[in-house]
Amino acid sequence: MIASLGLILLCQLAGEVIARGLGLPLPSPVLGLMLLFCLLVARDYIKPLARGPLADGGVEDASKGMLAHLSLLFVPAGVGVIQQLDMIAAHGVAIMLVLAGSVLITLVVTVVTFVVVARLLSLWVPR
Amino acid sequence: MSANPFSLWVYLSQTPLLWLTVTLLVYAATDAVSQATGRNPLVNPVLHAMWIIGVFLWATGTSYTTYFSGAQFVHFLLGPATVALAVPLYENRKLVLAAILPMALALVVGCVTAIVSVVWLAQLAGLPETVVLSLAPKSVTAGVAMGISESLHADPSLTAVAVILTGILGAIVVSPLMNRLGIRDYRARGFAVGLASHGIGTARAFQVDAIAGVFAGIAMSLNALITALLVPVLVTLLVR
Repeated sequence: MIASLGLILLCQLAGEVIARGLGLPLPSPVLGLMLLFCLLVARDYIKPLARGPLADGGVEDASKGMLAHLSLLFVPAGVGVIQQLDMIAAHGVAIMLVLAGSVLITLVVTVVTFVVVARLLSLWVPR
Repeated sequence: MSANPFSLWVYLSQTPLLWLTVTLLVYAATDAVSQATGRNPLVNPVLHAMWIIGVFLWATGTSYTTYFSGAQFVHFLLGPATVALAVPLYENRKLVLAAILPMALALVVGCVTAIVSVVWLAQLAGLPETVVLSLAPKSVTAGVAMGISESLHADPSLTAVAVILTGILGAIVVSPLMNRLGIRDYRARGFAVGLASHGIGTARAFQVDAIAGVFAGIAMSLNALITALLVPVLVTLLVR
């Protein structure tokens, strides 16, 4: 458990070092995600890697535990709304409408793109 | 033991312990209510935890900085939780590989739509430039969006609020919207809500359908990656 959490933090730390070191405009958790994914794939091919947190579903269980409570992690940032009460009094309604509009447009455009491409592919590629 | 309950309160209200406890307990309660209502989208646990804690802070005259000294331990986990998304991605890599083309196109189109639509709508609404810039990365997870906002010299705390509101709006609206559109492909439904509404949308998708959850997680992580690259470019094109 501790080793698995350590590995997750280590991936994020390595992401931070790479992003800062090379001056990349990439968020370190996303680099960490890619690193952990590569490690998981690599361990299936390179047997000596499959030990500690990378053996017996260690890092998998720790990750799923964290993801099961993903919404909780947004609460502290969300409470920050109390710092923005002036902004909300001035622009709150406009901001809400803008965000709601953008979310609706994004949802529809994304889902339609996905479904249309998937359908075209199933027409072109014979089964 | 303090003889004066007020001095005990003054002491406790300055400790991280109290605010961490409040965050966990209020969320546990709102999550239990959400579960009891069969995960009704309007009973979103984040939304209700937010205003309950907000009212509590306001009523006790506690500053957000004091609250955050305790809540930061929860907030910090946003980064590791993003790294943890590697696991569902790895476990479903065959499913993902099979849908790689629809995903890649939906990702690029969706990401550009998310940024361009919010910037245009915000400009249309006549919002000040700092607000427009702060809203631009609103579809990606809080930690990443705040980083982008900082690099744009916008207001990261406003970005955080926009991110959370976007997440909640998407989580509330996705099921009725997709049902009305008649979309039954849970890969597509999950992917769309993960892209538009990051972790809160992903949490919602996991409540509805396991496959939807996986695709939401993938969309959320890939979108964090390309939004970080695209926001600076698109914003220079659209603003100024």
